[in-house]
Amino acid sequence: MSGLAAPGLEAKGLVIDVPGRPDGRAIDLAIAPGQRWGVLGPNGAGKTTLLHTLAGLRPPRVGEVRLDGRALARWRRRALARRLGVVFQERHDDFPATVRETALIGRHPFLSPWRQEGPEDLARADAALARLDLGHLAERELSTLSGGERQRVSLATVLTQAPDIWLADEPTNHLDLHHQVAAMALLAEQADQSRGVIMCLHDLNLAARWCSHLLLLYPDGQACWGPAEAMLTLAALERLYDQPLTRVEVDGAPVFVPVR
Amino acid sequence: MNGARASRCLRGLRPGPLAWLALAALLSQLLALALGSVSLSPGELAAVLAGDGEALHRTLLLELRLPRALAAFGTGALLALAGALMQVLLRNPLADPYVLGLSGGASVAALAAMLAGWGMALVSGAAFAGALASTLIVFGLAHGGGSWTPTRLLLTGVVMAAGWGALITFLLAVSPVERLPGMLYWLMGDLAYAGSPWPVLTVAALALAVVLPLGRTLNVLARGGLQAAALGVAVRPLEWTLYLLASLVTAVAVTTAGSVGFVGLMVPHMLRLRLGNDQRRILPASLLAGGTLLTLADTLARTLIAPQQLPVGVITALLGVPTFLYLLQRSQR
Repeated sequence: MSGLAAPGLEAKGLVIDVPGRPDGRAIDLAIAPGQRWGVLGPNGAGKTTLLHTLAGLRPPRVGEVRLDGRALARWRRRALARRLGVVFQERHDDFPATVRETALIGRHPFLSPWRQEGPEDLARADAALARLDLGHLAERELSTLSGGERQRVSLATVLTQAPDIWLADEPTNHLDLHHQVAAMALLAEQADQSRGVIMCLHDLNLAARWCSHLLLLYPDGQACWGPAEAMLTLAALERLYDQPLTRVEVDGAPVFVPVR
Repeated sequence: MNGARASRCLRGLRPGPLAWLALAALLSQLLALALGSVSLSPGELAAVLAGDGEALHRTLLLELRLPRALAAFGTGALLALAGALMQVLLRNPLADPYVLGLSGGASVAALAAMLAGWGMALVSGAAFAGALASTLIVFGLAHGGGSWTPTRLLLTGVVMAAGWGALITFLLAVSPVERLPGMLYWLMGDLAYAGSPWPVLTVAALALAVVLPLGRTLNVLARGGLQAAALGVAVRPLEWTLYLLASLVTAVAVTTAGSVGFVGLMVPHMLRLRLGNDQRRILPASLLAGGTLLTLADTLARTLIAPQQLPVGVITALLGVPTFLYLLQRSQR
């Protein structure tokens, strides 16, 4: 990488814009290909705001986010959408649409205005749906799906988009245990294929198990980050959640359990 | 992946439904030509359309009924298109230029311009400005917490529409009596004063040419602003385009026929039930179906209590109010 701009997504002196909150600590980190970043923090710490800022969907208060060394603000939205994929927590299904149509919108950044989706686009969408166990639901209306099925459609849409960097907001929301593991395995597989992954997680233990790096976000704007094993200390996590915890080892990974 | 499933997925791209709607549009025009105070048989109709037939029939058809039927078609097409665009813009299937007060704003501004003695071009300009201002007010006031909640949006729109209605009544009250009959139609919507159909037809064709290349982008916008931005859509410029276009299209419809209600609500909704929400199909289909609906409604308005005529807005309101209530009831979450 010498001389060239660093690949991947970088936060440079980044302060996210949460109204009425002091700046706290500016974030400097790089999501390199192959890394799986987890963002942990209590409710209202700004996890979603951070993710949207990293995706260029909100302006930062201070600092900037760069992709391939160039500030996101200087990218065209469409070019950005070919590189960054966002799994949203909130969805707007006000209009009727089928599962397959929803996965297909992941191809939007790659098609010129007059181009119709072709067989290749369809094949990508169907492969993504199959990967998320949704093949049999392809023709179903979104409104008839359960919350977990809808969540998997969102993952399938980004899988169809096939971005270099995944930004996932609570990717395991509404998912049953099996599909939680399947979703994390999917994100890990993406990282193994030299993609960058950053996800907001509520479940500390999923983060401990699946993330290579962690960013702890405190409600007052403070933050710390680094390799997962360095961040998973009892003291830091207890302060993060304002909750006494105890640590046990299961299957070679740390598990944190709240103490009553 | 078998071919049948693939083709069903790309259902928007078959000409089928559009061809049927175009046929329906043609039939509604023929019906509008044949029916009225003097009804014509199919043979007489064919004779006039072929270039001969009785002189009286020729005058009746080519100078009275045809311009009015075409104006009805163009106006309905514009209103349905405006409704479909506003629904995507506000991500709300209940949006409609009449319900949200756009038509009212356009009517008030146009009436005021007429009272001031301005020419027709300026009246149209005023209607456009009125529609723009009305949308801006509804947008601005209903935009709480970053999204348009259906309740706030509808309440704001309905109250604005009521306010515009009061202003229209006021303007009518202070107008000279001899001008009243020609102005009353702004209140209810009436095609009897439509004049030349070419403005509405031209604007409908131009508006379709603008929105068709945007079809897939609008599909993505319908999934929410953030989702659209994450998929590469320049959301703000697109929303302004939609807003300006919906206001312009409404203003042209209003200057032709006054504020006809509910076409923009009913047509896209009924089409979505059958065709899904692919804008590449819904937008042209709305144009055809909206035109057909208003042509039929106007034919009904002319013939229902003949020789007297009803304003066409009465018919669309009688159809539209139950549709709206049904939609509202279904959308409650």
